[in-house]
Amino acid sequence: MNKAVITPFKPRKNRIQRFIIVIALLLLYIWTFSGMPIAGVKETAGQISKAIFAGIFNPDWDYVYLPDGEDLLRGLLDTLAIAILGTFISAFLCIPFAFWAAANMSSGKAATNTGKFMLSFVRTFPEIVMAILFIKAVGPGSFAGVLALGLHSIGMLGKLFAEEIESIDPGPAEALTATGATRLQIIWFAILPQVMPGFLSYTLYRFEINVRSAAILGIIGAGGIGTPLIFALSSRDWDRVGIILLGIIVMVTLIDLLSGYIRKRIV
Amino acid sequence: MMNLPLEKRNYPEPPSKLKTYLTVFILLLLFFASAMKTNASISDLVVGFPNMLELLKQMIPPNWLYFEKILPAMLETIRMALLGTTFGAIIAIPIALFSANNIVKNYFFYYPARFILNIIRTVPDLLLAAIFVSIFGLGTLPGILALTIFSIGLVAKLTYEAIESIDTGPLEAMTAVGANKIQWIFYGVIPQVLPHYISYVLYTFEVNIRAAAVLGLVGAGGIGLYYDRTLGFFEYDKTSSIILFTLVVVLLIDYISTKLREKLL
Repeated sequence: MNKAVITPFKPRKNRIQRFIIVIALLLLYIWTFSGMPIAGVKETAGQISKAIFAGIFNPDWDYVYLPDGEDLLRGLLDTLAIAILGTFISAFLCIPFAFWAAANMSSGKAATNTGKFMLSFVRTFPEIVMAILFIKAVGPGSFAGVLALGLHSIGMLGKLFAEEIESIDPGPAEALTATGATRLQIIWFAILPQVMPGFLSYTLYRFEINVRSAAILGIIGAGGIGTPLIFALSSRDWDRVGIILLGIIVMVTLIDLLSGYIRKRIV
Repeated sequence: MMNLPLEKRNYPEPPSKLKTYLTVFILLLLFFASAMKTNASISDLVVGFPNMLELLKQMIPPNWLYFEKILPAMLETIRMALLGTTFGAIIAIPIALFSANNIVKNYFFYYPARFILNIIRTVPDLLLAAIFVSIFGLGTLPGILALTIFSIGLVAKLTYEAIESIDTGPLEAMTAVGANKIQWIFYGVIPQVLPHYISYVLYTFEVNIRAAAVLGLVGAGGIGLYYDRTLGFFEYDKTSSIILFTLVVVLLIDYISTKLREKLL
């Protein structure tokens, strides 16, 4: 019974498995690299990146506020408004979906599975493509961006909310059922108080993501700061690109800090 | 005590509702201010809705023959995502080690590293791609670069958080037997973090596939290029083939990746 000499032996299956994984990865990368054209870098690349860097460190400060509109602050505010409204819409619309997809709320596995599948379908649909569709409906502008974000965020928020609902303590709901409460009363008094902090925290998290998304929606004409950025890029106005980038970085950082602080307080 | 009339009992003060009211008020204010700012109007949506239905009607049925034509672009998208994720994941390793405050104990090292990571994560991937396109010209190279930078931010952040939560036992034991810093990292840190790291890389790959599918909209290669092309010519049946194809590929890769991640952790 000498414990010191007992060494665990490595199972043989593990080694074969590892070998297969390595070969598969190798083939994958050979396929990947063989299909990549060795793209020639434009000679002007260095020059342009230098210009952009110069632009970032030497931004066009006049653009921050212009009295006649179409300036950085208004663009950022627009972006923020798109993100806020989009988050509001999705946070409300996703609640029924979340209850539908939560395993302990729906009757039967089929209902849960269809709910989860719908949510993941919405999640995979790129928001920028949704924005293109909504532009056809309501015309280019911020509202199309709002609708795209509102619809797309349902996918992720619904999933997170459903998981939150699934992890609640069933005690209060059972107690209410025993006293003869209706289904609506059970949801209102037993379930919502338990899931509310989680819901709020996830909504704020999604808001952080939506701010970033709202900043790119302008590329296809759905409002926000993306539109002036694309114009500045195509007209090679690097100083303006610099100030817009700086503006986006500052805004996103501030939003992240604020939202992170509130989320810490909630949970 | 039990016989006291109801109103004399010592009920605890109910918590003040002021905070709740204030929060609700601020939220409503934000809601209406944003609605005004974005010119949101339900009537616009109702009026425009038939247009969208018309568009959706034109999208059905998808042009099945188009699948063959966009297959190379789809493969290119997957390649871009793979390369971006790989390069990003490799570069993320040293940055993650530098950002973890139990590896590098000096405040002056890990704080700037984290700061750079935070900055990287604030810039959306499509913006990065748009900037790289204007630097390097159209093609897959700007797309790969944008995905690389984006992956660095994501992988490094998740990994350094995993590193910070590792068990300190093996590390102390190694310090006790006199291991140097490199040995310490190789035998103490990496074995503990590796499953998490691989899982994060797979997750990043899932995110990157989605991102790569739309990078073409700004000219950074991949299948996104075809959105512009088909929408510009009003060939909506082809657009829906692209959307469907992307959905299938994304769901398939998500499924495989999720299964792999479940096995890892």
